[in-house]
Amino acid sequence: MRVVLAEDLFLLRDGLTRTLREHGCEVVASVDNGPALVRALAETDLDVAVIDIRLPPTHTDEGLKAALEARRGRPGLPVLILSQYVDQLYAHELLASGEGAVGYLLKDRVTRTDQFIDALRTVAAGGTVMDPQVIARLLTRSEKRGRTDSLTPREQEVLTLMAEGRSNTAVAQTLHISESAVAKHIASIFAKLGIEQSPEDNRRVLAVLAYLKG
Amino acid sequence: MSPAAALARGWTGRGRWVALGRCQVLGLAGFLVVGAGMLVGGALALLPVGVGFRLLPPAAGLLRRLSDRYRARAARWTGRPLSPPDPLPHGTSARRGGAAILGDDGFWHDLRWAWLEPWTGGLLAALPLALVEYGAFGALVQPFVWRRLGDGNWYAFVPVTSTATMVTALLLGLALIAVGLRLAPVMTTLHARLTHRLLSAPRTIELTRRVARLTDTRAAAQDVHAAELTRIERDLHDGAQARLVALGLTLDEATRLLETDPGRARTLLLDVRAASERALQDLRDLVHGVLPPVLADRGLADAVRSLALDSHLDVEVAVDLPPGRLPSPVESAAYFAVSELLTNAAKHADATRVDIALTHDGTRLRASVTDDGHGGADASAGTGLLGVRRRLDTFDGTLALHSPPGGPTTATLEIPCASSSPKTSSSCATA
Repeated sequence: MRVVLAEDLFLLRDGLTRTLREHGCEVVASVDNGPALVRALAETDLDVAVIDIRLPPTHTDEGLKAALEARRGRPGLPVLILSQYVDQLYAHELLASGEGAVGYLLKDRVTRTDQFIDALRTVAAGGTVMDPQVIARLLTRSEKRGRTDSLTPREQEVLTLMAEGRSNTAVAQTLHISESAVAKHIASIFAKLGIEQSPEDNRRVLAVLAYLKG
Repeated sequence: MSPAAALARGWTGRGRWVALGRCQVLGLAGFLVVGAGMLVGGALALLPVGVGFRLLPPAAGLLRRLSDRYRARAARWTGRPLSPPDPLPHGTSARRGGAAILGDDGFWHDLRWAWLEPWTGGLLAALPLALVEYGAFGALVQPFVWRRLGDGNWYAFVPVTSTATMVTALLLGLALIAVGLRLAPVMTTLHARLTHRLLSAPRTIELTRRVARLTDTRAAAQDVHAAELTRIERDLHDGAQARLVALGLTLDEATRLLETDPGRARTLLLDVRAASERALQDLRDLVHGVLPPVLADRGLADAVRSLALDSHLDVEVAVDLPPGRLPSPVESAAYFAVSELLTNAAKHADATRVDIALTHDGTRLRASVTDDGHGGADASAGTGLLGVRRRLDTFDGTLALHSPPGGPTTATLEIPCASSSPKTSSSCATA
């Protein structure tokens, strides 16, 4: 996998580069500021971009803006946004195009390397990965509004893991249940949320999110 | 009022008649002022007998009510507010009350005005009235009565004894009416200026008040600031810092166990990772409480939109703000105030829908939060609203709460602030 990496803190950039290399990714460009990221996204041949929201020169949401801008030019360009915090507004902006191939994770998640790489692969394959915190807040919101039959705690766990971009197998392992049980939970979630099941695995999170935010 | 403003208001046609009406009102109200002034004068004269002390407080109160009416009128006519004097002092006994009033600057100001107003103000108001009324006598009455009055009928300097002289009187009357009408707005303007001069609290008092207010709000701001620092210090000390220490201890233990008990070491390292995640979460919450990142990144409008998304209520946000950013302390105060109001709507009002409007008219930022809840909110009761008030006080901001029982509740906060020059993402240079 060819990865473009944008992170202004040297230590983190270095650590991420090593982690990615260890998992067989090739870091084709590694930048530490917004303008360089814009150039890299426009010119580099990449499979996925890992981008810190806050970058110089403004130290605000330079990274997110660059990513959204690049995706306007190259629709469906896979980007995984990392941030010290997750905000619903940014999640909405990322999902607005409806094309998928986006991820939005708290920076801490990179410490669980396997899950991080899983998420990266999901995004590169056109899937959607949202941080559990985004999902949790969306769930409490829709639940309080009474828009959805409330999901069982187990179903919420499954949905959250799904949102992290993990496969049924990985979900089954994490929750120590069988894969068929996972499939059953997912079917029940789709039924409760009124979503047609689609054969395309990675579209499911996007569909759920699209429903929840609407 | 400036001549330009007077022109803008259109001192022509209807405006002149309005001004004439005002002169009439002033002329009649002048008698009340004379009365009140004489009442107070009488009370003062009776002071040596002792009865004066009893009479003075009500008389001074009456005079104050009258002068307040004049202040309000002058403010309305000129659009410029008058700073009122301090309220009249009260005493525990009649004697003390009277004595306190004698020592009050505002009272003597009122009295000076009461004696000057009939002369200066009264004359100003009387001149156009007299001209118009005398003019009306010449123009409207003379043509019909001059025949009956015969010789010795004079109108001003014109002996009205023939048709020709009658016409002269008629024209003179019309001219006098015209002059009176033209003078009326000038005189009301002069009168308002005079009232401003006589009835405004002296500039020193105004400045003293302003200084007192600034001292108060600065002290409050320092308190808020100090409390915030203490909170941050405690949160860091008891939260993230403690977790990091525990984390170091666990790491140390894991290092020692690496060789002898790798299984246990592995469990400990997993604990370390979990602890580091909790420490990060602590720090995140702390940062959010100090300055929400989305507010720092995007400014007030998007930060409020983000609040709306996070709320479980149906929140509609309408924004009409100038491009660029507002001063960041103002943004911060407005954000936390709106956040508090939104929380209140959800927690206390049982609302399901909230409308937030952000506007800026060039000098003031206004944010209104309207919910469809059951109303009956009391600004003096909740600590949340008090906190909002205190926050806004520092900026000379205001919070108006309209919450009749049964709802809906509208809270409107205003903060005076000019919008800064637009800061585009590239003009901040390297931060």
